[in-house]
Amino acid sequence: MLKTICKRLGLLVLTLLLVTALAFFAFSIIPGDPTDTILGLEATEQQVAALRAELGLDLPLPVRYFRWLGDFLRGDLGVSYNFDIPVTDLLAGRIAPTFTLTLMAAVLIVLFSIPLGLLAARYEGGWIDRILTVINQIAMSVPNFVMGISLVFLFGLVLHWFQPGGYVSPESGLGSYLWFMLFPSLAVALPKSAMTIKMLRGSVLTELTADYIRTAYSKGNSRASALWRHVLRNAMIPVVTFLATTIAELVAGSIVVEQVFAIPGLGQMLISSISNRDYPVVQAIIVLVAFVVVLCNFLADALYRVMDPRLKGR
Amino acid sequence: MKKRNWYLTFGSVLTACMLVFIALGFFWTPYDPGALSARDKLAEPSLQHLFGCDQLGRDVFSRTLNGAGNTLIIALAVLAVGFVFGLLIGALCGYYGGAVDATVMRVCDAITAFPSILLAMVVIAIIGPGTYNIIAALGILFIPSFARLVRGEFIKYRSRDFVHSARLAGVPAMRIIFVHILPNTWPVLLSGLTIGFNNAVLSEASMSFLGIGVGPADASLGRMLSEGQSSLFSAPWCTLFPALVVILLVLGVGMVGEGIRERIR
Repeated sequence: MLKTICKRLGLLVLTLLLVTALAFFAFSIIPGDPTDTILGLEATEQQVAALRAELGLDLPLPVRYFRWLGDFLRGDLGVSYNFDIPVTDLLAGRIAPTFTLTLMAAVLIVLFSIPLGLLAARYEGGWIDRILTVINQIAMSVPNFVMGISLVFLFGLVLHWFQPGGYVSPESGLGSYLWFMLFPSLAVALPKSAMTIKMLRGSVLTELTADYIRTAYSKGNSRASALWRHVLRNAMIPVVTFLATTIAELVAGSIVVEQVFAIPGLGQMLISSISNRDYPVVQAIIVLVAFVVVLCNFLADALYRVMDPRLKGR
Repeated sequence: MKKRNWYLTFGSVLTACMLVFIALGFFWTPYDPGALSARDKLAEPSLQHLFGCDQLGRDVFSRTLNGAGNTLIIALAVLAVGFVFGLLIGALCGYYGGAVDATVMRVCDAITAFPSILLAMVVIAIIGPGTYNIIAALGILFIPSFARLVRGEFIKYRSRDFVHSARLAGVPAMRIIFVHILPNTWPVLLSGLTIGFNNAVLSEASMSFLGIGVGPADASLGRMLSEGQSSLFSAPWCTLFPALVVILLVLGVGMVGEGIRERIR
């Protein structure tokens, strides 16, 4: 068991190194020098050389990478070209909304998809199942930002349940903050829930044909109790894997949907930094997201092993 | 009795309708999609302007046709790039296996762990926006998923008897890969292509929506949706029609893919 954990942790560190290296080298092949952006085109050669030495740009690439990684791990994410303040300060207030959005979306997906997926499988071929299949197929085809616009229209403009574009910060009341964030998280969660429901339904139906279910029936279990007691645990295994890979999509979805609801999160920062070519900010956001995604995949893998004891020691 | 494949029937009909609608836009639009008309600002849908007009008085019907055309071309180009390279890499890795295969698949895993749209945004940040850059960015990012799909299929077939006997009969490896194995994998690849197409359409629309998509001169569904937001309540038609086109196109192609998968089973 200990050996497995060590192996997994080693793999985790290796993946993180690979990901950060990719992020670092991708941004170091950009044509043009950051000194041009900072000093402008009329700088003298001495000025440029001095700044290059100050920023460490005159060192070989691998040395720069490990320096950058060391700084990064200590929380120094570099300095924004555009605002001339540390990226850490720039991002500090912006992580919370994106994090809340992603987390709420993940919770909503689980809340929607487990009961509905089981319901569809329980009454396979019945009218509940058919209606769910149709709704699912449509919901999967709606891009999350279009879902967001629809929610703004329905709940914001028609029903006045929230003020469109009127972002509520957590300082002005946790309840109203979460209420406002509910709508963007719905926009992220609904299309993904549709996929998860479909996935769970298929997975349950496959499990129901297994021999151990026939045994469960022959012991006098009803379909419902066979589902609850025997199928759910096995059927959840592929779903957990699916949800883990979905975390990356959820972060991306949150970043897009933030624009619809004018939420001052990482997405807004990322998009304005891309337009302004503020590379240290883009780099920092990408590496942060990468860390979260890799860690989530690691946790899902661990959970997977807990849920499926057959995998122990592998 | 064979069960009717509703997914395939509905999906094909819907996809065909959408393709005819979009193809129409390549030859004819009722108005110039870029033409401004102060008189028609935010005009409601009518017989003159089927889908109404936007805040600059541009005809939404013409712009939707035009934008859908651009989206379709970009999606097909992305699919072509991702598919050709993915097929080559996946087929060779799957057929030969070994250390190269293991390394390539590790890199593919690392890339597919990320949301493709985020990586595409990074590539755009580095090489700049524009239609060709988007095709390049999304196309490259679609290679790993195709490569993995093709590889899986080739691994399934490479130890089958017909491959062994072909090899014993002295058939060159390239001929085995592309003439003997490839035709068997088409159904799976086709269903993978429908998923890839939908992802390409959604990614392109999202990127244009965020303002890092095609150049400002081209009509695009994503940007129409972003511009329409400011007049969402007073002129919902600016948003509704481009959104419907995206949804119906993705729905149709998605159902075709589902139909193909159902047929394989």
